[in-house]
Amino acid sequence: MSLKFPIYMDSHATTRMDPRVFTAMTPYFTEIFGNAASRNHAFGWQAEEAVEKARKQVADLIGADAKEIVFTSGATESNNLALKGVAQMYAEKGNHIITAATEHKAILDTCKRLEKDGFRVTYLPVQTDGLVDLQQLRDAITDKTILISIMYANNEIGVIQPVQEISKIAKEKGILFHTDAVQAAGKIPINVQKDGIDLLSISGHKLYGPKGVGALYVRRRNPRVRLAEQMQGGGHERGMRSGTLNVPGIVGLGEACELCNKEMAEESRRLSFLRDKLKDKLFAELDEVYINGNMDHHLPHNLNVSFAYVEGESLLMGINDVAVSSGSACTSATLEPSYVLKALGAGDDLAHSSIRFGLGRYTTEEEVDYVADKVIDVVKKLRELSPLYEMFKEGVDLSKVQWTAH
Amino acid sequence: MAYSDKVLDHYNNPRNVGSLDKSNPNVGTGMVGAPECGDVMKLQIQVNPETGIIDDAKFKTFGCGSAIASSSLATEWLRGKSVDEALAIKNTEIVAELALPPVKIHCSVLAEDAIKAAIADYKAKEEKRTPAGAVTA
Repeated sequence: MSLKFPIYMDSHATTRMDPRVFTAMTPYFTEIFGNAASRNHAFGWQAEEAVEKARKQVADLIGADAKEIVFTSGATESNNLALKGVAQMYAEKGNHIITAATEHKAILDTCKRLEKDGFRVTYLPVQTDGLVDLQQLRDAITDKTILISIMYANNEIGVIQPVQEISKIAKEKGILFHTDAVQAAGKIPINVQKDGIDLLSISGHKLYGPKGVGALYVRRRNPRVRLAEQMQGGGHERGMRSGTLNVPGIVGLGEACELCNKEMAEESRRLSFLRDKLKDKLFAELDEVYINGNMDHHLPHNLNVSFAYVEGESLLMGINDVAVSSGSACTSATLEPSYVLKALGAGDDLAHSSIRFGLGRYTTEEEVDYVADKVIDVVKKLRELSPLYEMFKEGVDLSKVQWTAH
Repeated sequence: MAYSDKVLDHYNNPRNVGSLDKSNPNVGTGMVGAPECGDVMKLQIQVNPETGIIDDAKFKTFGCGSAIASSSLATEWLRGKSVDEALAIKNTEIVAELALPPVKIHCSVLAEDAIKAAIADYKAKEEKRTPAGAVTA
């Protein structure tokens, strides 16, 4: 099979929609166009039936009951609804929230907003492998803590947090537990019962579904979680999320969840094989390559590595027929290196040198081989150019050099 | 980000990559930037003691494509110039030549700093050889 360029290897940013999902969605744009809230005619019933089927498909992916799924416009909204909804609803009980420094901005910025509104937020540091320290979590809990929000798996470094242990601690203390499962859902098994999750965010476009649709799982029993709605309107979604339902999007999300559910075991085996092949090739050909994130608790399709002494943007420039991401400051809008990598404490220099590979359903072995060879080639070229690599080879301890920071 | 053709050209075919002998009295070495900031430039000049003209310039850069291009261009410009002419190179000229966007202006500043640092190092060596007050032939 011949390669098609550019090669997409950035599936933590978004995924190509599965054509089967597209097929499932199409009738709901032009033929079955009813408003799912129209209770008095067939157009509405058909739309509602499709939505309820999707609700069950989403619930099945995470071991939930269909009634516990609230459809949203995406995971940013799900995260906002979970955090603000709980904070406002349980404000009388307490005003303290615990999250982690490596969370997605949809969590961190929502927490910042809540701080302005008078809530207290603890941002737990993570260990050098990206995992939260459970003792630190215990220590952070106060009698005012109402919510712990820790992501299931990280979008940059792919580490899977000890969700069951975290939920156990939350349960002991009677604190609600929310998890942003955007990167994990559909990729690794999740069960809200076994995992002890009270609230969970999902996004459609990260699991081969459409953009602009997501879901929030809201536990109904043991305990029954209540949320303050963030938009007023028709009282859709049991009053938690008003707004006419995005029927085609919801159908797509449902179909995408069902496909992931069916194919997860096989797909994750295939992707972890390809990911390991990529990693092994890079390590075989290059020295001074560092893995970011604990590889024993890791998404099967993620690889985040730092190529020491090579700056990330210049590396991306050399592999411009491959779509990947870098934690380098130069590639970010803020001109700051990745805060996730900084939180690992490895030093900003390794953040500048990092590349995130996100494999996916459509990644082929030929692509992995091509990308590995290309990266190796460009890293070698750039190291020829790198004064740091030269100093390293001369045995200079770079941490002892007096740099002229600017 | 879209790169200008000139940045791409310097990135793909960097000029004068390498190192000169630091201990050579005619070589000035400038190293600016810091790894945690994402760019480090090493720029070296070799001055012909007879003519006072820079007859060789080399660079090595850890940094983005624009940083690599800025330092590569700087070595091209340095060759054949006198030390004083070299001191007159301004970062804005690099910006103009490479069509750097505003977010990349610091790359050109770093290149100018590297030129100045290399020249300062060369001059310090020169002074050591001819201590103040000594009469030069």
